[in-house]
Amino acid sequence: MPAADATAVTVAAAPPARRPATDSAGLGKGRALGFVAPALILIGIFLVFPALWSIYIGLTNYTLTGPASVNPQTVGLDNITGALSDPLFGNSLWLTLLFVLGSAVIGQNILGFTLAWTMRGARKWLRRTTEGLVLLAWILPSTVVAYLWIAVLDRDGGTLNLLLGNPATAWLVQYPMSSLIVFNVWRGTAFSMLLYSSALAVVPPSQLETARMVGASKWSTLKDVVFPHIRGHVLTNTLLVSLWTANDFSPFLLTAGGPNHQSETLPVFIYQQALGSGQLGYASAISFLLLLVNLVVALVYLRILRRRT
Amino acid sequence: MTGLVLRRIGYTAFFAVVLAFFAIPMLWLASAPFDSKPGLGLRWPDWTFANIQTTFDHPYALTSLVNSLVLCTLAMVITTVLAACAAYALSRVRIPGRDALLYVLLLLSSVVTGTAAMVPIFVMMYQLGLINSQYGTALVIAGGMLPAAIFILKDFMDAVPRSYEESARVFGASPGQILLHVVVPVARPGIATIVVWSFVQAWGNFLLPFLLLRDIGSQPAAVLLRTLQDEGGSANLTVIPVFSLLYSIPVVVLYLFVSKRYGFRFHGGIKS
Amino acid sequence: MRLRSLIAVLTGVTLVTAGCVGKSADSNTGQNADAKDITLTIGANALAGGKNTATAKWMTDYVIPKFTEAQKAKGVTATVKFEGNGADDKDYKTKVALDLKTGQGADVLEIDGIWLGEFAQAGQVKPLDDVAGRDKVDAWDGWSKIPPAVAALGQFDGKRYGIPTGTDGRVLYFNKKLFAQAGLPADWQPKSWAEIVSAGQALKKLPGVTPIQLNAGTAMTEATTMQGVLPLLAGTGKPVYADGKWQGATQNVKDVLGLYQQIYGGGLGDPLLQQEAKGRDKSFAEFADNKIGILLESDYFWRSVVEPKAGVAKMADRDTAVGWAKIPARTAGGGVGGQDFVSMSGGSIRVINPNSKYPQQAWELLQFMNSFDATKAKVSGGAQITPRTDVNDEVLAGDPMLSFVSKQVLPITRYRPGLAVYPQVSSALQQATADVVAGKSPDEAATAYQQALSKAVGEANVAGS
Repeated sequence: MPAADATAVTVAAAPPARRPATDSAGLGKGRALGFVAPALILIGIFLVFPALWSIYIGLTNYTLTGPASVNPQTVGLDNITGALSDPLFGNSLWLTLLFVLGSAVIGQNILGFTLAWTMRGARKWLRRTTEGLVLLAWILPSTVVAYLWIAVLDRDGGTLNLLLGNPATAWLVQYPMSSLIVFNVWRGTAFSMLLYSSALAVVPPSQLETARMVGASKWSTLKDVVFPHIRGHVLTNTLLVSLWTANDFSPFLLTAGGPNHQSETLPVFIYQQALGSGQLGYASAISFLLLLVNLVVALVYLRILRRRT
Repeated sequence: MTGLVLRRIGYTAFFAVVLAFFAIPMLWLASAPFDSKPGLGLRWPDWTFANIQTTFDHPYALTSLVNSLVLCTLAMVITTVLAACAAYALSRVRIPGRDALLYVLLLLSSVVTGTAAMVPIFVMMYQLGLINSQYGTALVIAGGMLPAAIFILKDFMDAVPRSYEESARVFGASPGQILLHVVVPVARPGIATIVVWSFVQAWGNFLLPFLLLRDIGSQPAAVLLRTLQDEGGSANLTVIPVFSLLYSIPVVVLYLFVSKRYGFRFHGGIKS
Repeated sequence: MRLRSLIAVLTGVTLVTAGCVGKSADSNTGQNADAKDITLTIGANALAGGKNTATAKWMTDYVIPKFTEAQKAKGVTATVKFEGNGADDKDYKTKVALDLKTGQGADVLEIDGIWLGEFAQAGQVKPLDDVAGRDKVDAWDGWSKIPPAVAALGQFDGKRYGIPTGTDGRVLYFNKKLFAQAGLPADWQPKSWAEIVSAGQALKKLPGVTPIQLNAGTAMTEATTMQGVLPLLAGTGKPVYADGKWQGATQNVKDVLGLYQQIYGGGLGDPLLQQEAKGRDKSFAEFADNKIGILLESDYFWRSVVEPKAGVAKMADRDTAVGWAKIPARTAGGGVGGQDFVSMSGGSIRVINPNSKYPQQAWELLQFMNSFDATKAKVSGGAQITPRTDVNDEVLAGDPMLSFVSKQVLPITRYRPGLAVYPQVSSALQQATADVVAGKSPDEAATAYQQALSKAVGEANVAGS
């Protein structure tokens, strides 16, 4: 519910009040259903159904090839307990949380908002250049992005070492997680920037004007005028970027999970431990665990943002 | 006065750092396409245009970009239209358990994007007779993106003032007309975000088209990019850099078009 | 109501889908044998302009027109299609597995020989005798031209499933320029591991040179196993899999890990490089830049990596600067089968899809693709080792390196066990080398390896120390 509650923008400059969904367009339940049905049918067939099936596969020893691909046996929760008792799973879980917190919740979120906010007043060429570069980082194919960043972080001849004038730091081997976090901020900030730019567009300029006239500080303008309007977007953005980052496979391209599992986030773990040898049952079970982790994270966000209402 | 100067300096420094941060990794992409011997590190190129020639001579490079355009436009249109309708209805009509349902769908979408769901999707598409159909592939991609798209759009729909719709209703507009002529224009920044986002997501999708499309002549660029390697798996760096440049152009063009025509910044809408 | 319609849709789909996973084909060898109008598809992980581009071109420019022509002479209208892929091997394998699972796929399929066991164990690929008929298969004259060791690549459990498309062999490459600077001979041929290490020590004195590149760690995946652990293990006298058991923490495994420790703990190799995601590509580039002295690789390195014109790490002076030597056993005569030198090989095979509607014609196509003329046409662009000795004698004559592999390495080589659990064993071996590179002792690494191995293959299938 909070998404709806938080963002209902009222016509007046007053802070938004709790406002239930009102059927202002006179849709009526029947027609509303007509609007929602096509999306739901598509989601039902192409998403819910395969997702439930793959959760079911997580209860079996199903494999891509070999005898178990023809006659899979139900193994119940063995896959789950197997994963939980594996110290490497705990390691991956911790690294995933670190990765999400560092690069998505803090990095992309804050940099994305800052860019969206500061660029409102920037000159056109500067805005276009910045937006273009940030966007390019987001849309380049991941195969290429891996090359770009290896060229930056490489031990000999890497751009970063060249700039710092200290050769021989193998960033991806010596500081794998920090490198990946910085990399992912670079890679994914564009989405937060886009979303916040759009969200800020909905803040009525008249209110900002008022705030400036009464001499409110930058910070209090953000907190009291802007934030109430974009609260829902903040929640959505944080939730989505966390979810995507938690499922992101690109760390594999940069470090292959190494050195010695030091950057093996859960998607990489799934790939290394299970898909490399085609163990779909095990992979599905870990994907399900990843879903549970995401669920917990989502609930935490909901609580935090709801409380501030 | 000093405060203003300091602010100015801080502002400039901030942009300088951000620009450098985002630009430095791109340098490789600026040099490698024109280097006769592109490697893993950054270096001043040994100038040549042979790589460009090689890329254009590639039998599938250009067709794959066209395929990508078809596939991604389909997926983007399906996602945007269906998500806009659904988000609008969900925003305006109270359906019990609506938010819980949205969250569950969003979480499930992360399971399906994982490789583990490949078997279910493939077998289902086979049974539906949609193997080797670009339309079918676009549907699967759209299905995976819809929950997030609805999620994002609902916030924007919520922000559209009810008074607009109420007055439109007074003049006898149907719900469809209201959505199209009143709500969509106001929620334009959000829809623009979804257009670009869904296009980018579909543009980078490798595994689904690879598995669901049989004929290399209908494979998109994301698949082709992964074939530019030798038998031992070492990347073919004479083609990849040039092709990546070509590969990113359509998305940048789309972004510029959307941002110019529909504007991510929309100041005129909500005044009262 | 909304929910109900959703459920209805889902149930519908479930009903349609139920009972179609794990379908295994019943083939009928005589099916459509006399058809006058046939359609055949060839599938391979090859694509014009991408991976294995020469193979793809050969399919469309030679195989398809010539085969159609030959069929026409017999009064049969044949439509042959080529389904190219060119993706990462794992992705291609996924696609083939899904195709075979749902009863689809090309009639003649090219797969990596190491996957054969997995598909065969699941009954998704059938012995040629069952698909095309034993008498027909025996009648092919090409079998006599393929050495038994190479033909074994297409066999599983003693049955013929397919015909190899080619093979390779692993050797030690060395940089003759660096060798000259270090006072080492240009015709270097070590006879034991100790001689490799002492050459490494001589190279170590050269500034900026990494003496030895022996693939290690998990980032290099199968390259660590094939170009590192397995040839070394063969050099200790025991292959990784023998008599139905996998080697656990045996002395042989510990010896192999001991050599890794000598190299990476003793400054003869670059441990950081083994941990980088693109370490293998980088090692190629460094070898081409005269920064690596000795490197263990297959003939692919010669043909496609340091190849002066089209290689991924071109070396203009390849023909004079790159030397090669057989991989020695730990000590002379200590290798598998009492050999002085050892090697490992792999390669692809072509099988007939048991779901094919035209099994007889598919077998004809398969024979045609492996005929003398077709095999020769395939390597016309650049020399490569083929499965046929008659073709090798002709096309490899101009290439000293490939003739060397064909004449001296193939007779002593070994193949990996093509079982479904092999990938897990391989990754456990990779992890063991990673542990040693990171500083663990060979004993510790071997113990951890044994645990991982037991988990993967079951305690009973491990030959302990």
